Amino acid sequence: MGSITLQGVRKSFGPVNVISGADLEIANGSFVVFVGPSGCGKTTLLRLIAGLEDVTDGRILIDGVNVVNVPPAKRGLSMVFQSYALYPHMSVRSNIGFGLKMAGMQRSEIARKVEAAAATLNLTPYLDRRPRELSGGQRQRVAIGRAIVREPKAFLFDEPLSNLDAALRVNMRVEIARLQRDLATTTVYVTHDQVEAMTMADKIVVLNGGNIEQYGSPLELYERPANLFVAGFIGSPRMNFIKGRIAAENGAATIGVRPEHIGPVRDGSGWSGTVSVAEHLGSDTFLYIDGEEIGSVTARATGEFGISPGDRVKLRPDPARIYRFDEQGKALHA
Amino acid sequence: MARRISVRSKVLATVGAWLVGFVIFFPILWMVLTSFKTELTAFSTPPSFLFFEWTSENYTAVEARSDYVHHALNSIIIAGGSTLIAILIAIPAAWAMAFAPTERTRSTLLWMLSTKMMPPVGVLVPIYLLFRNFDLLDTHGGLILVLCLGNLPIVVWMLFTYFKEVPKDILEAARMDGATIGRELLFVLTPMVIPGLASTFLLNVILAWNESFWTLNLSTLKAAPLTVFIASYSSPEGLFWAKLSAASTLAIAPILVLGWFSQRQLVRGLTFGAVK
Repeated sequence: MGSITLQGVRKSFGPVNVISGADLEIANGSFVVFVGPSGCGKTTLLRLIAGLEDVTDGRILIDGVNVVNVPPAKRGLSMVFQSYALYPHMSVRSNIGFGLKMAGMQRSEIARKVEAAAATLNLTPYLDRRPRELSGGQRQRVAIGRAIVREPKAFLFDEPLSNLDAALRVNMRVEIARLQRDLATTTVYVTHDQVEAMTMADKIVVLNGGNIEQYGSPLELYERPANLFVAGFIGSPRMNFIKGRIAAENGAATIGVRPEHIGPVRDGSGWSGTVSVAEHLGSDTFLYIDGEEIGSVTARATGEFGISPGDRVKLRPDPARIYRFDEQGKALHA
Repeated sequence: MARRISVRSKVLATVGAWLVGFVIFFPILWMVLTSFKTELTAFSTPPSFLFFEWTSENYTAVEARSDYVHHALNSIIIAGGSTLIAILIAIPAAWAMAFAPTERTRSTLLWMLSTKMMPPVGVLVPIYLLFRNFDLLDTHGGLILVLCLGNLPIVVWMLFTYFKEVPKDILEAARMDGATIGRELLFVLTPMVIPGLASTFLLNVILAWNESFWTLNLSTLKAAPLTVFIASYSSPEGLFWAKLSAASTLAIAPILVLGWFSQRQLVRGLTFGAVK
């Protein structure tokens, strides 16, 4: 079991509010990702759940029990740090088994569990090495091994993949997602990478400036962003925002259209503009267009699109996929 | 491109370094040489450097007159004991300052160090009276207490700088793994700072071993360490340079040997964390 509930959680460092009143329900067994730009408070929120920081106000419930005054060691959670934070003076075996040793488990029992965790993570040949003798990916696995071996109520991940190179990051992403599904343990995962968030999460919490902007499934956030911030943060390349006459025609202060919902055509009706840069990725072409009335806009065309910088194009947005926002940036629903 | 070093400058630098080393070492060498001279040659002008009649009579005389082993044991008990106790007190103190600092941590550290700026003689009378009233004069316990307290600021300060080098994440990981603060200190922090602990221990043993103000004033015979043993040779009956040198050589020998064997550890500890 491992459900986590935040009720009015506030955290301030002196006069600075880092988290200003967070309410959240994390269901048992779900994979929740905290995502947001750096400094948005996502790591602080994770550390509050872990108990590594004290809340200024509010309650944190784990399985219905308020743990605000419970030290991290007693909360039954395990954490994977960005820096991995392995014990440099211990072998991989002792690193993974340390938590069990602290729990006072029998030696033979510890050995059995460590072997099992190592087998799951393909670490068996490295059990007697020190962390400094391992590659980044292997260290990452040890850190995960240390977390899973204790069979915690929940896993907390703090940007675990940010120190890995791009290829390894994709592999580990898949591996962590698979592991979480197999173990069905509640997971809270912090990242600034919205691709990680979209691909791994059951539910995403978008944070900005210490506030929860939106909480929902990846597709909910993509299809029904609550405000300008979420609309701009989720999706890559980011959503185009257009103000002025065209927005007013749609009955909004700002309208948003995603690059993948704009069809560039050579001529006909639509917003007109000039291509400034064309990025050819093979499968897609990203066009950066300077429009007369719409400002700079990104459009995504499928496949190769025979167009070069300087060409004039017309842009036709999918009318069903135009997002409308009011002056405060809140989404307007039809 | 690496800097090119010519053979000539290499030779010059080497010779220069040896020269400086020799100048620094010379007083100790001279002391050892003097200890093998007769009292007469020890005084002679011009002094003879190597070509004199070598004799070990001073050592025999020193051993006959005063009990070297008794004083050396006292030195070991007092220097080792005071340093060990100081380290045991300093580990939690340095932990708190390194990992749970408040806005007053910096000034607390400075204030602690400032106690070393006061000349000890300023508190000699009150401490002497306290020692007399609590029956601590000429006891191991009393000397261990005063040297431990005297060196505590340095020990805390040194450990604090070593602890600062330990990534906080690792201690937090231990906390997440269910370690209490005591176990975090014992199983995670302490093993990671062994080089720092070792050099702190060595440096403070040396400081305590050579401490002469308190040891001379607060002990006479029973608990008297080697400093008192040496001082007894600058007697009012006349100067005995050769015997004084022999006593001094005997007194510094153990610490010299200890330093020689641990120099690698000492250097590693003193430069610990300088290069990642």
